[in-house]
Amino acid sequence: MRVFSLNLIILLAAILPVHAADVFLEPNVFLAEVFEGDVPSPSFLWLKGDVKETAKEILGRNMGGLRQRYWQADGRTVWIVEEIGKTRPITTGISVKDGAVERVQILIYRESHGWEVRYPFFTDQFQGMTLDAERETSSRVDGISGATLSVRAIVKLVRLSLAFDQLARDGS
Amino acid sequence: MAYAITLPGGAALADNLPTREEMWQVIQAQQAQIEALTQKVENTDEKVEATGEVVETIAESAGSGSTPGWWDRTSVGGYGELHYNGGDAAEVDLHRFVLFFDHEFTDDIRFVSEFELEHALSGEGKNGAAEVEQALLEFDVAEFHQLRAGLQLIPVGILNETHEPNTFYGTERNQIETNIIPTTWWEAGVGVNGELGGGFSYDLMYHSGLQVAATGASAFNIRSGRQKVSQARATDGATTGRVRWSGLPGLSVSTTAQYQEDITQGTGEETPAVLVEGNVDATYAMGPGSIGFRALAAFWDLDSSAAAALGRDEQYGWYVEPSYKFDTEWGDLGFFAQYAEWDNSAGDNTDSVFSQTRLGANFWPTPDTVIKLDYQLDNAPTAGAEDNRLNLGMGYQF
Repeated sequence: MRVFSLNLIILLAAILPVHAADVFLEPNVFLAEVFEGDVPSPSFLWLKGDVKETAKEILGRNMGGLRQRYWQADGRTVWIVEEIGKTRPITTGISVKDGAVERVQILIYRESHGWEVRYPFFTDQFQGMTLDAERETSSRVDGISGATLSVRAIVKLVRLSLAFDQLARDGS
Repeated sequence: MAYAITLPGGAALADNLPTREEMWQVIQAQQAQIEALTQKVENTDEKVEATGEVVETIAESAGSGSTPGWWDRTSVGGYGELHYNGGDAAEVDLHRFVLFFDHEFTDDIRFVSEFELEHALSGEGKNGAAEVEQALLEFDVAEFHQLRAGLQLIPVGILNETHEPNTFYGTERNQIETNIIPTTWWEAGVGVNGELGGGFSYDLMYHSGLQVAATGASAFNIRSGRQKVSQARATDGATTGRVRWSGLPGLSVSTTAQYQEDITQGTGEETPAVLVEGNVDATYAMGPGSIGFRALAAFWDLDSSAAAALGRDEQYGWYVEPSYKFDTEWGDLGFFAQYAEWDNSAGDNTDSVFSQTRLGANFWPTPDTVIKLDYQLDNAPTAGAEDNRLNLGMGYQF
């Protein structure tokens, strides 16, 4: 009992000041990188009609809010979107150019597990992907063991951004 | 060649036109007006934007049916599985019904819990049990590093921490992560975990230990040694460390080691215990679907003459599981094969090796729901312990 208690105290004493959610890249920095410093004014996609139905079909739930902000210039739309992995939202920046994924970047990660989704080896798999007729990505991605829910959340956000890109360009 | 056209009365028209200076003043006045209007439009846009955000906030608040409260930082989840086992077992069983309750006190401190009801009924004389499998506080202590204190899952194997039924093949969990790694295995303690860079992550935990019996039929049986943090004897804790590499998409390689100074916790001959485990979990897109492969091996060394006398000073097990999963019109379908071999009394010359082969399929109507079918072929040292049978299951997670 003595040894158990002592070791427990030593480990408890190692508690450091707590730290905020992991911010991998600030959203405004992501936008500046994508638009090379010349960030256009935001546009809005109103979450009604087809847009609302599309979001619900992809996310499997009603999307919160009344509108989705996005940035558009030079044939490119950029979306900063969130989806819950297991219990907490993952904030993700997705840029779509000419209907295909250009870049996926995890911006803020709040889940306890599944950090690996932020690595380029995972996010780079989405480059060039488009949306097929069933609103699925044009190819599969290799997942991450132990991070199934986070992977699934990112795939949903990519599908959502591609679908929103189509709708924005159609003038919804 | 140049042309000159003179209109009647042209001189009078020229006389009525404003001078250059007058034109310049008009242009300057118009420019000032344009700038004022532009500013006004920008101000209006800002007001519309601010109004939109307020409307969204009100709409979201109305959507939740109430004003914000502590419940906005609380989440509920769960999973469950219903099994039918054929053969000699011939039973149907609500094997697990589990609820998760998590709460965020701040952005950096949260509570995580898992409550499980096994076999549908609990209480004296009933088949099941009500169990708290997780109840811990989690602190984000530094970038990419966390500290956990409380009742938590041991970082070992593939299933111990991720065992929702839609995440693995087979109606029942594999035999190695039942008899050698006593999944689901939780203890009370303090642990740190985080990332080391380059795809490496770590877990280090000091926690309450197992307490195996020193005599009787269950002597030195690992699974029977779980105390489940229920008035658990705590004379000897254990230390568990894990290193995991997941630096390639679809691939995870992990190894765990654990040491406990006396696995009898003073109730028998002092028996230092060491567990070493390693596993690979891989998935790769191939053809219309993805190929999967899981493999795991685990070994216990119990260092005492009392354990050696029963041949239980060495206990080991391993399994391999190839699979293939693909989309269908109705959901995902996957086929698997699994071979497992284990021995809880490997320290003597008696034949005590068990093996099991399973073949089957999972069907996922949605990613969070699953229907399972498999057939198991047992090979036991004594024929009476074999139960070749069909297993059928359904499970969900939310």
